[in-house]
Amino acid sequence: MTAVPTTGGWRNRQGDGPRRRRTPSGTGVIAWCFLAPLVIYLVTFYAYPLYRNIELSFKDYTVASFVQGNAPFVGWDNFTEVFESPTLGPALRNTLVFTLASLVFQYGIGLALAVFFQKNFRLAGTLRALFLVPWLLPLIVSGSVWSWMMNSESGVVNAALEAFGIGQINWLTSPHWSLVAVIVANIWIGVPFNLVLLYSGLQNIPPELYEAASLDGASTWQQFRRITFPLLRPVSAITVLLGLVYTLKVFDIIWIMTRGGPGTSSTTLSTWSYELGFGSLLPHFGPGAAVGNLLIVIALVFGLIYIRVQKRQEEW
Amino acid sequence: MRHHTLRSAGATALALGVLTGVTACSGSDSDSGSDSDASGGTFTFWDPYPQWDEDTAWGQQVEHCAEQTGVRIDRTGYDTSDLTTQALLAGQQGNSPDIIVLDNPVVSTLAEAGLLSTTEDLGLDTSGFAENLMAAGEIDGASYGVPIGANTTALYYNATVLADAGVDPASVTDWQSLTDALEQVTAAGHKGITFAGIGTEEGSFQFLPWLWGSGADLHDIASPEAVSALELWKGWLDDGYAPNSVISNTQEVSWQEFATGDYAFAQNGTWQLAAADESGIDYGVLTIPSAAGGPAPAATGGEFVTAPVQTDTDRYETTTQIIDCLVSADNLLATDTALSYVAPIEDLREQQVQDNPGLAPWVEAVSAARGRTTDLGTDYPVISEQLWNAVQNALSGSQSPQDALEAAQQAAESGLGN
Repeated sequence: MTAVPTTGGWRNRQGDGPRRRRTPSGTGVIAWCFLAPLVIYLVTFYAYPLYRNIELSFKDYTVASFVQGNAPFVGWDNFTEVFESPTLGPALRNTLVFTLASLVFQYGIGLALAVFFQKNFRLAGTLRALFLVPWLLPLIVSGSVWSWMMNSESGVVNAALEAFGIGQINWLTSPHWSLVAVIVANIWIGVPFNLVLLYSGLQNIPPELYEAASLDGASTWQQFRRITFPLLRPVSAITVLLGLVYTLKVFDIIWIMTRGGPGTSSTTLSTWSYELGFGSLLPHFGPGAAVGNLLIVIALVFGLIYIRVQKRQEEW
Repeated sequence: MRHHTLRSAGATALALGVLTGVTACSGSDSDSGSDSDASGGTFTFWDPYPQWDEDTAWGQQVEHCAEQTGVRIDRTGYDTSDLTTQALLAGQQGNSPDIIVLDNPVVSTLAEAGLLSTTEDLGLDTSGFAENLMAAGEIDGASYGVPIGANTTALYYNATVLADAGVDPASVTDWQSLTDALEQVTAAGHKGITFAGIGTEEGSFQFLPWLWGSGADLHDIASPEAVSALELWKGWLDDGYAPNSVISNTQEVSWQEFATGDYAFAQNGTWQLAAADESGIDYGVLTIPSAAGGPAPAATGGEFVTAPVQTDTDRYETTTQIIDCLVSADNLLATDTALSYVAPIEDLREQQVQDNPGLAPWVEAVSAARGRTTDLGTDYPVISEQLWNAVQNALSGSQSPQDALEAAQQAAESGLGN
């Protein structure tokens, strides 16, 4: 089946004459053959799960109806339940604070380190490689280590603070500190990502600019503000936007450290969605999927912004 | 540059697609191959004991029953909460394993979903098993599994610490005397009590003896008695008798705290007995006191051996043989010793206490214990979730015990739709 249009397609390309007019449909088949693996992959691993998630969020699944597959359609009930839930407010607020604080500090520290490593001093390469470790560690490891370090009674963080005369802070078990604790851990995990992207961005800034600037008597700070920062803007935009989409859906580190608690003090949309779906003996798949969809919509909005920004950069 | 990345991304996707295709084919090949391998076929077996591999006593017990029945058992261990989800998903896709060893509070839920076969259908003999344990697996007069063993929580105490503080463990008979003991212990420079208040079923499991010991029941978790139980825990935290980490402690982590040797008391389970012996701590065990004195009913823990419904009903015969082997009087003693559980059969308990006198307080505690789902059936998970949320909110100081429990009762009622 595929062999015939293949030859047709090739012959036409070699300029075999205007006789064979049907060739465009031939190349169409070939194109689809090449596309098929990708399309199958996308449908199986993206479209179908997405469809299932949307379906889940519009049906009333109990344990029995989940197994028997006869859950009744309930329209927007699950979404109403989610919007009326007392958890929604804290979850949205925490997601916002978590994402913003993580981004600001990850970017700030990442940029500072990138500029620092640009001065090619001895061992810079080794040190830079060491900074990648947080990124390479499995999240279950980093999460567990952070929760040990931040343990109220025996954690090393509190021990260090005590040395400076600061009393015990209940990082993971106080409603005032738990969000801070997971943000700190998440910043630590995200810095390497920012460092790598920004460092490679810095490599693309022509060194002549700095030479010229220093001849004109520009200070280091002026060089950073007038050369480094503006020329790094395209890379910065991508870094921050990728970080944003990634941070919005961070789940593992929070779940390992605080399970979104105590209460709802460190619950974000993603941990809430998981908690509804799998956190108790009785799964609430419907509302869980509804929260998941909400998160997808938010991520989608930022994804579209990302694409727009990328387009604008290509035009530059 | 961009073109290049796009192209390589496409290539990766294509390679992945091809790979999935290939593995899908080879996967089904090897499956059908292994099915015809053993003479009696392969029986799938899930349990919540991932910590015990095939070289441990439990693993060998399962292997022994496989040999006796003449089949191959393909055993997989899952984390307890993960096991429920896995069981649900498998049930939905119609490929349930032949046997699941399930945590007792979820048996009624899965049974109601029509996932489990009754013991009657399987032809299992359940006479002789303790009533209070069997109750957790019963709905409308039918029973959906056999308890493999039982555990519960009690108070471990560190005799050295108590002696140092001048506390006689025998004096701890009610809440007041326990709190007094904690005060004395902390005044002597030791740490008081550790327990697991984590926001999961474990947290509810640990809180229930106190709730029941106050005279409250699960139908009204905002009653003054229930509030007094939560105030007891909160008071210990506020006075420094219990560490702040109890809010996020699992029972395992709480045990690690007790194992440091600084703590006077720890609420923990039967399954820590072996660890207690190893710790080198001079320990003793007290039943959890009720508010007014006397032992409080603790919650029964432990698993049921259940057989999920199969389309191929011919498999039940062998399944029943395997279960019979696991819970038969001869093997149950070995099984429960392997799991460090109290036997679900009266006669065997006497045997157990003879073999290991340290089990005596546990046998007593299990006899007095109450099933979590006995009163409430499938309503239990809804109320339990609200209960652990209330415990979290109160202990962390976000809400007062009264407000937390009232909110929990309200949420539970709306969750149950009444």
